[in-house]
Amino acid sequence: MIEHADIDTELIPILDKVSDPEIPVLTILDMGVVRYAKLVDDVVLIKLTPTYSGCPAMDVISDDVKAAFEKAGYKVSIDLVLTPAWTTDWISEEGRDALEKYGIAPPLEADADKEALLGNKKIVKCTNCGSQNTKLVSQFGSTACKALFQCEDCHEPFDYFKCLK
Amino acid sequence: MSPRAQSRGLTRKMENENLYQYILGIADNSLILGQRLGELCGHGPSLETDIALTNISLDLFGQVRSYYQYASKVAGNDRDEDTIAMKRPEREYVNVLLVEQPNTDFGYVMARQFLFDVYHFMFLTELQNSKDMTLAAIAKKSIKEVSYHLRFSSDWIKRLGDGTEESHKRIQNAINDLWTYTDELFHQTDADKKMIADGIGVDTSKFKEQYYKQISNVLDEATLEVPDLKYFQKGGKQGIHTEHMGYILAELQYMQRAYPNMEW
Repeated sequence: MIEHADIDTELIPILDKVSDPEIPVLTILDMGVVRYAKLVDDVVLIKLTPTYSGCPAMDVISDDVKAAFEKAGYKVSIDLVLTPAWTTDWISEEGRDALEKYGIAPPLEADADKEALLGNKKIVKCTNCGSQNTKLVSQFGSTACKALFQCEDCHEPFDYFKCLK
Repeated sequence: MSPRAQSRGLTRKMENENLYQYILGIADNSLILGQRLGELCGHGPSLETDIALTNISLDLFGQVRSYYQYASKVAGNDRDEDTIAMKRPEREYVNVLLVEQPNTDFGYVMARQFLFDVYHFMFLTELQNSKDMTLAAIAKKSIKEVSYHLRFSSDWIKRLGDGTEESHKRIQNAINDLWTYTDELFHQTDADKKMIADGIGVDTSKFKEQYYKQISNVLDEATLEVPDLKYFQKGGKQGIHTEHMGYILAELQYMQRAYPNMEW
């Protein structure tokens, strides 16, 4: 989400072209992993923050950002920063919509997330039919950031993007 | 160099050495547990648990990279993160014995995970307040991930304990067998003590009671018995490991030993 980060407006169109290699519908700006982007003395300084520590997409994102700026004729220097730690709150509204359309249920608030992941409450909405009659299949999914759910009405299996706070 | 300057230099080197050892003490636990969980890739009892265990492994490896990158900076010589991870001899790994115990069955995997996760979560909670900004940052990042690990393993302890007669028996066996390695989590090395005194390290004795209490609560809920054991194994933190460690390192280090400095 742009308001949490310090990003030069003129650099946004370039950053907007880079997306998460594992969730291609989500740009890195929508994901909120770009914390800082400024042009200082001919060099674009970028700070990225990882979503999950072990996320293999981070190295790819870093390479893609470098390539995008070099293509646009900039010199670029990229740093990985750990604080403040990334939270799913930094995913933009556009990003949440894009996730849902792509078939990944967007993260709930922390308390609701806990109830959903313990299988206590049926609150995660099916991305296929919109029903809340869904069940938790596994707290861990195909990537570090997701859990696996299944709809009990239309039987569609789908990913849920876990809340990280 | 004057003798006074020399002794100042020596003191500085010693402080770095303690910090270096302290970082390894945290990181090696995650490396070896991550490796153990990685062994289950493609061998988990079900697709979902297979994915879950390897996800946890990936989180741990991710955290380990942050720690080793920092340790490499602190060491200030040619030891990079891969050298630290892959090229030390067994005696230089300082992980606790608990994390190197084998994947005997799913009960042992979950018992080991649970006994470690409860500690790991409490440890990271405190490490967030470290005076060392890098360690505090890694802790703040990692604890979010570890809260999921803890939820997962606690849940499985209850499911297995309060499950079938067979699952109850197996998870109780695993808890009983692994209990002897829990006390070592709270053993403090000289490096630990120095780092605690400097406000960098975590005084684990502060939450030891809480650790056993939380475990007892989950075991109670799982209809399992809390082991009544009077003696405990230790040695890992001094580099003296159980027989399992050599086998883990043989696999972990194979590529770097066979093809030194190879890159993926």
